[in-house]
Amino acid sequence: MTAVKRIPKDQIAIEGLTGDAAIAHALKQCDLDVLAAYPITPQTIIVEDYQKFAANGEVHCRVIPVESEHSAMSACIGASAVGARVATASASAGLALMWEILYCAASMRMPIIFTVANRALSGPINIHNDWSDTYGARDSGFIQIYTQSCQEAYDTTIMAFKIAEDHKVLLPIMVCIDGFILSHNVERVEMLPTKAVENFLGVREPFIKLDPDNPITMGPLALTDYYFEFKEQQERAMEAVPEVFAQVETDFEKMTGRRYGMFEEYRTDDAEIIIFTHSTPGGTAKATVDVLREKGEKVGVLRLRMFRPFPTKEIVEVVKNAKAVIVFEKCRSFGAPSNPLALELRTALYDLEKRPMVVDFVIGLGGRDCPPTTIVEGYEKTKEYLKKGKAPLYETMGVRK
Amino acid sequence: MSEKYNEIPMAGNIIEPGNATKYKTGGWRAQRPIHTDETCLWVKNGTCGLCWIYCPDNSVKLIEKDGKYIYEFDLEYCKGCGICANQCPTDSIRMENE
Ligand code: SF4
Ligand code: SF4
Repeated sequence: MTAVKRIPKDQIAIEGLTGDAAIAHALKQCDLDVLAAYPITPQTIIVEDYQKFAANGEVHCRVIPVESEHSAMSACIGASAVGARVATASASAGLALMWEILYCAASMRMPIIFTVANRALSGPINIHNDWSDTYGARDSGFIQIYTQSCQEAYDTTIMAFKIAEDHKVLLPIMVCIDGFILSHNVERVEMLPTKAVENFLGVREPFIKLDPDNPITMGPLALTDYYFEFKEQQERAMEAVPEVFAQVETDFEKMTGRRYGMFEEYRTDDAEIIIFTHSTPGGTAKATVDVLREKGEKVGVLRLRMFRPFPTKEIVEVVKNAKAVIVFEKCRSFGAPSNPLALELRTALYDLEKRPMVVDFVIGLGGRDCPPTTIVEGYEKTKEYLKKGKAPLYETMGVRK
Repeated sequence: MSEKYNEIPMAGNIIEPGNATKYKTGGWRAQRPIHTDETCLWVKNGTCGLCWIYCPDNSVKLIEKDGKYIYEFDLEYCKGCGICANQCPTDSIRMENE
């Protein structure tokens, strides 16, 4: 890779793209060797568009139309093992069918990029957005990055390869967009020239690969005597992510002027109440906060991007002086004391002597709309809880009960 | 087996082909095969060898030396599965508790 330079405006293509199309375009420019995927709503357009590029000879990539998601991830691992740059896409039930192989991809240290259009899980069967699918996979060993806009999805997909393929990391990454809300809505996207993306990423240099002239075995058995040590290796790789992530973002910023961070802070500086969420509700929350601020409310938003590894220390720094943190999350962990995002936050805050109150709202399951009024309702409730000095561990909002 | 996490290859990759020989499966054995020369077709005339074909751990050693046929087990790797005893057409192998 040569030094990264700012790309002049006249070389940037501006198009109206859906989230899916933005990701497909990013993948097109990332010089993939193999893409193996099975269609599933609302991800289908990613693979559909990419197959068109392949059919038109616009990419030099082997597209494998497999018979299931289990096979898709398996084919990705096989290709990644020989040193290929590999991507796949899925959602919901498709992601669930990959389950076993997700863990193989992560533990075998395959830098596969897996774009996910977040969608509710069955049943009842539902094609709309919530985060149950990837939240369920939060312990699979994948890095998880959640994006809010089509531009961010495009940029993050490109950066993901550079993070995953770094020899300090070598872990697969889920790049997540909200199904339909982002996957099917058109936004303005600035696209880099393909040469610039190729220059930014370079060719993947595998740390180790399957090679008939130099035979090795990947993915063998490890029992009581070694398994634990390999899990330790995986954890260390996760710990290396923030540093590599920051370096990749710095290079990307030089090229584009854009940088996102592990999370976005929006008007949090003097905020007494901070809203903690991610993906598209992050955008809704920011717009709502602007209105609340005009009314004199001291409120801000912490929009998470990286859920795995969870930026624990950094988040504590942002929220520790707030009176309350309001979590809005689109997932219910049935039978749990609260829900995945709030559980992480509460664990992060537990050791503080003086902690902000954490209020957890489960919203938008199965794609139930989450308009700004949802945010305002949660905000008003939180102010009540602050007055009382007590809040429930979690509550659902927007359900008829 | 005392290596730390950073002293072993990444992800359990086996970078030295054939190193399974370092893993002595004989330690798994609860029963050991006992062979009888008298009825064994290999010892008689150098034929059969079914036990040798079926043994999953290459632990049956059929040896030819000075025109004689010799029969041995490699107990470092024999895991005592009893497949040889099951396959033998002349009941020349029986399994005995360790
Ligand atoms: S008991 Fe099993 S491992 Fe041992 S020699 Fe017979 S077949 Fe081979
Ligand atoms: S199967 Fe029985 S008869 Fe045949 S070689 Fe083995 S021990 Fe001898």
